[in-house]
Amino acid sequence: MKLLRFTLKRLLFLIPMLFVASIAIFLMLRLGPSDPAMDYLRLSRVPPTPQALENARQMLGLDLPITVQYFTWLGNALHFDFGVSYALQRPVLPDILHYLPATLQLAGVALLLTLAVSIPLGIWAARHRDGLPDQFVRLVAFLGVSMPNFWLGFLLVWLLSIELGWLPPMGRGSASQMIMPALAIAFMSLSINARLLRASMLEVSGQRHVYYARLRGLGAGKVERSHILRNALLPIVTATGMHIGELIGGTLVIESIFGWPGVGRYAVSAIFNRDYPVIQCFTLMMVLVFVLCNLIVDIVYAWLDPRIRLGVEEKA
Amino acid sequence: MISIAQQRNRPLAATFAFLGNASWLVKVSAFLVMALAVLAVFGPWIMPFDPGEVDLTNRLLAPGAAHWLGTDHLGRDILSRLIAGTRVSLGAVAISLVAIMTVGILVGGTAGFLGGRADQLIMRVTDIFMTFPTLVLSLFMIGMLGTGLVNVIVAIALSHWAWYARIVRSIVMSLRHRDYILASRLAGAGRVHIFTEHLLPATLSQLLVLATLDIGHIMLHVAGLSFLGLGVMPPTPEWGVMINDARQFIWTQPLLMLWPGLALFLSVMAFNVMGDAVRDRLDPHLSAEHVH
Repeated sequence: MKLLRFTLKRLLFLIPMLFVASIAIFLMLRLGPSDPAMDYLRLSRVPPTPQALENARQMLGLDLPITVQYFTWLGNALHFDFGVSYALQRPVLPDILHYLPATLQLAGVALLLTLAVSIPLGIWAARHRDGLPDQFVRLVAFLGVSMPNFWLGFLLVWLLSIELGWLPPMGRGSASQMIMPALAIAFMSLSINARLLRASMLEVSGQRHVYYARLRGLGAGKVERSHILRNALLPIVTATGMHIGELIGGTLVIESIFGWPGVGRYAVSAIFNRDYPVIQCFTLMMVLVFVLCNLIVDIVYAWLDPRIRLGVEEKA
Repeated sequence: MISIAQQRNRPLAATFAFLGNASWLVKVSAFLVMALAVLAVFGPWIMPFDPGEVDLTNRLLAPGAAHWLGTDHLGRDILSRLIAGTRVSLGAVAISLVAIMTVGILVGGTAGFLGGRADQLIMRVTDIFMTFPTLVLSLFMIGMLGTGLVNVIVAIALSHWAWYARIVRSIVMSLRHRDYILASRLAGAGRVHIFTEHLLPATLSQLLVLATLDIGHIMLHVAGLSFLGLGVMPPTPEWGVMINDARQFIWTQPLLMLWPGLALFLSVMAFNVMGDAVRDRLDPHLSAEHVH
């Protein structure tokens, strides 16, 4: 019940946050150094005569006061109308909604891969502290934090597709096409997470409640599962929340290597062209995705940590 | 043992003492970092060929005696382009870090000094910047400013300053009611004087630790944006651009994408190792939290 109220409260808090974000995005793009009307003419391949500029300004509503412009845009956005791309002359939102699921799918698979690999690795390293497994995880982490993800993508294609022929080099459709891009995206996060879990487990296992659980005669497996791991996972949840952003950012970069039909290429070409309606809508969608992901992470955290779940902190 | 006071006066000796006690990994990394710095500064005199010289008769050569690492699709010497890329990469990182620290000190110092409403407002803005992943933030900034190396540096500065501002603010907050600050104020010192003379030096060591830890990350950031075609533009030799140029030849000439990636990877690794070592040295309580 407490968890439900916590969730609802946080969901309501999203509305003012998105509102502020939309103002910030709108203002920053408008106050940037370039003139949207010029960009519009450039992208529509119309010669920028003074008359054409004037017409474009009127058509795009740029001659109106900026507050009027913002509220017109906001009113349309509330009806899911984010304008028309200058370069493609197509409505923006349907295109983004067409490409976004593929990006979120790949980022989601990368997130699952991060957790599925880093948690066992972290536990393994903590169990054999300073032993061979620990050294191995240390090496993985050492490589992981310095590896450019896009280069790792090419290395994987070179090794696994070209040299060995095990995996298809690009495309989307089968599970085998997801392995390499997901690994390239997840490698940094999973290596950081594994080290973090190792450190967190070793820290928790030195605490009194674990000592007491052992004194009570609980088996090593039981102590590890319910007394060490559960507490040690809390920092991992926080870290995962931060990694989600890196994973989605990584996906935007990696997509082009594997021909993954996500929102990355669409957004990058819009950014390159300064296609304002697309940049506005894309950034706002990203804000929405991150805010929702952070919300989910907070809920998981509250669920794992009884101090928050039972509202102890509210009274404190 | 040299005491800390002595080390302050003899930075070079302190550096050697620090490196003398360091692990082999730190020594190798320190060597790599120095080599990169030398290449960045003296590159034009070291590189065997002009990195921009197109020679279509010698396209896509394999590594050999004349071109040690071979040539690319326009017949340009890879080794020379890698060396020229050092300057672009390190230069971009250095300028970005100076910009980030400047913004961080100004914003964080203002927030910490003013306190109250102004501080609250500034910290809310800082929180917003810290919520979003830096890559998406800088993509947005480039959308606003346009592409190119200068705009990439501005975008990186605008998307990274918040962490620095936060540290500066918390240090200024914790120090501003200390007796020596009050004494300085009683003696008639102005706010700017107090900040630059008494507060700023206290924040610098922590900012430097954060900055060294960030070098690798920013290098990856610059290369990643250039790889996407939003940063450094093609004729300029830059590692991310070189990887992007090499992608169409991955089936026939995979070595072409190996070299710039390896240069980037090794540089980032060296800076990361140095960052950890500097942090352990200057800010021991940060690393004491980790269980070793």
